Amino acid sequence: MELTYRELVTALHGMLFGGFFLMALFGAIVLLLDAKRESPAPTPGWQSFYLLAMVTLGWAAVLSGAYIIYPWYRAVAPPGADLALFPKALLTAHSSTAGWHTIGMEWKEHVAWIAPMAATMVAFVLLKHRAAWNGHRQVRTTVLGFAAAAFLAAAIAGGWGAMINKKAPVQGGLTYQILGSAK
Amino acid sequence: MTEPANSPAPPNGAIAAAVLSCSLGCFVLGVLAVAADGSKALAAALNFYKPSGPLSGVTTVAIILWLILWAALAARWRNQTVAFAKVSAFAFAFLTLSLLLTFPPIGDLFLSR
Repeated sequence: MELTYRELVTALHGMLFGGFFLMALFGAIVLLLDAKRESPAPTPGWQSFYLLAMVTLGWAAVLSGAYIIYPWYRAVAPPGADLALFPKALLTAHSSTAGWHTIGMEWKEHVAWIAPMAATMVAFVLLKHRAAWNGHRQVRTTVLGFAAAAFLAAAIAGGWGAMINKKAPVQGGLTYQILGSAK
Repeated sequence: MTEPANSPAPPNGAIAAAVLSCSLGCFVLGVLAVAADGSKALAAALNFYKPSGPLSGVTTVAIILWLILWAALAARWRNQTVAFAKVSAFAFAFLTLSLLLTFPPIGDLFLSR
């Protein structure tokens, strides 16, 4: 059972950073809904850690995607090259798969950034201005709305990423043996 | 949660600054994504990191503008209570537009494709 370097990094990007970011955002939304019933109080220590971890995961997901995996995805295939190593070229080579790039990847590559931006704002408000957040109903509603938008953006990006990687996986680089092959 | 009856609510200016700047940063991202798609010259100018293409410039410019706006608005509204309903309405409008602009078929409408 083998895994290439690019497959490993893509899995870290999507399943570790992106997947956990999405789960953390959902948890933050639950936290925001539940916190309405709390009395004004400083942010508990575990919530500070949780929110900082959420924001870190979000930025790790978009930065690793844009600056490590996306260059592998969009690399120009030399004439006669095996297109399996050039996902964008592979997808756009056929009209039946081109949409995965022209709609899916082009949407994902931009909408994804909205998620960590909004998540950073949500975490900032909860960590630094908890009293004001508690004191204004409109503020609570707005922050919750931005958390929901961040979740939507991350879900769109993650969903398209998973589907595109099924149609044209990012692969190549060193090969790692994970477990011995079955005889 | 019940609003405290006697204690005045703390100022909301810093939160308004964070919310509005975030939505404007997202909106800039959406506008630049469409504009770079429609203009080869702009796409070339935003090609900060060649392996990633114009995406590197689109996102870098949006993030830098977001952070500058955030700092500027926070300095202006610190310790103030602003009309948060208005700020929120503008922020959601910009956020919605930014989500729509990142969707390629909508961007293509602006580019008459």
